[in-house]
Amino acid sequence: MTDHTVKAFDKEIVGLRTMLAEMGGLAEEQLASAIQALSKRDTALADQVIHGDDRIDELERQIEENAILTIARRQPMAQDLREIMVAIRIASDVERIGDLAKNTAKRTHAISEPLPRRLASGLKRMGSMAQLQLKNILDAYGRHSDAMAMEVWRSDEELDALYNSIFRELLTYMMEDPRSISQCTHLLFGAKNLERIGDHTTNIAENIHYLVNGKTLSEGRPKKDTTSTFNPADE
Amino acid sequence: MQLVTNSIITPPNPAIMAERPVKIEARNVNVFYGDKHAIKDLSIDIPDRAVSAFIGPSGCGKSTFLRSINRMNDTIPSCRVTGDIVIDNKNIYDRDLDVVQLRARVGMVFQKPNPFPKSIFENVAYGPRIHGLVKDKTDLEETVVTSLKKAGLFEEVKDRMQHPGTGLSGGQQQRLCIARAIAVNPEVILMDEPCSALDPIATARIEELIDELKQNYCIVIVTHSMQQAARVSQLTAFFHLGNLVEFGDTNAMFTAPVEKRTQDYITGRFG
Repeated sequence: MTDHTVKAFDKEIVGLRTMLAEMGGLAEEQLASAIQALSKRDTALADQVIHGDDRIDELERQIEENAILTIARRQPMAQDLREIMVAIRIASDVERIGDLAKNTAKRTHAISEPLPRRLASGLKRMGSMAQLQLKNILDAYGRHSDAMAMEVWRSDEELDALYNSIFRELLTYMMEDPRSISQCTHLLFGAKNLERIGDHTTNIAENIHYLVNGKTLSEGRPKKDTTSTFNPADE
Repeated sequence: MQLVTNSIITPPNPAIMAERPVKIEARNVNVFYGDKHAIKDLSIDIPDRAVSAFIGPSGCGKSTFLRSINRMNDTIPSCRVTGDIVIDNKNIYDRDLDVVQLRARVGMVFQKPNPFPKSIFENVAYGPRIHGLVKDKTDLEETVVTSLKKAGLFEEVKDRMQHPGTGLSGGQQQRLCIARAIAVNPEVILMDEPCSALDPIATARIEELIDELKQNYCIVIVTHSMQQAARVSQLTAFFHLGNLVEFGDTNAMFTAPVEKRTQDYITGRFG
């Protein structure tokens, strides 16, 4: 896109994008560390994640402030208006992703026993899938690519499916050995956090779609998370 | 008449077009100033009881087209208009058309308020009197008061109706000009940058007034302020180099325009 006649306007928009890129990068790091902390029961790393979240929150505040100032100063229209509104919305999704990573890390403290092998590998797979979703959606935003965003939007199904199987597995462990309930509950929340992160990446995908096309996505997303109605007594 | 055009006409919001018949139909309109081709083969349907805004860079032809809707360009000797502009099934460029009558039906408000050097009362009373629209003095007084009320000026001037119109503030003068235009019962009101000489408060009052007037009139406004177009209009037309580039729903135009030229202009990237 060609430049604005008022150069400072370009700078403000580029500034928002840069801050959002930094924020996204931090969220990726936080998520990677949180998953590692949980699977290795590394409490020191977990603490690092917990403190690292402040910077993400700070960036979200800055993005929001700058976006509001730009709206007040420039009265943006069309593509510019969408760019700014979408930056605010994506920042809030990334901030939530940061919170979820932090919450996942926190649970490391509550887990005393090494995880059963199958469960550990399931969680690890979920973690790397969530990381990939996050990485891809941030790339899609960086390139303003609707196609890449829609790819992420569609592939969230797999993360949902994996969450379902982990959910069932954890229930089985808990039924077999009630002493594991406390630990499994924490792991369940951890897995739920990863699943939620996937949902936030689809929100971002929808925003990228709007940013590029000027139209909101009307079709419903295929959802595979069935755990909210699942009851083992029914099986 | 079917609309055939090379401009992008996005389907206007159905809520805008429902129960709003087309008031002004322009077909293949060309306007020349001597050798200069100012409007190029323009076709457009402007609905009644709605505000249509014309935007575009200086010299794009938006004011020229606005002025051709009440044949204001007739006064410029080198100016030539071809094509049809039809208001209520009557081509306003027909030879047998009475231009004075036309200008009563199609009123105009200009960039700079231009009250007559007469009293406030006389400014508004002049039109109805020369057009023979009132039967007696009471009738005339009533028309003046109603028009001033519709223009949102009555309360401010009711105690000084005999004072000169030129003694009012800029915003009040502009509302006086609107009252003067309304007094002759027009159907269409053309406004050529009506707020560009006014402060933000006076501008807000005119915009509020435009919003009320659109219940009863077909309003066409030329404005350089994109925000004003976005605020007051239901439909927006973007002009560039004598062409109508895009015409459609204002909300869509300012969030996601179809044409790249429209996008570049409204986001401040032009040229």
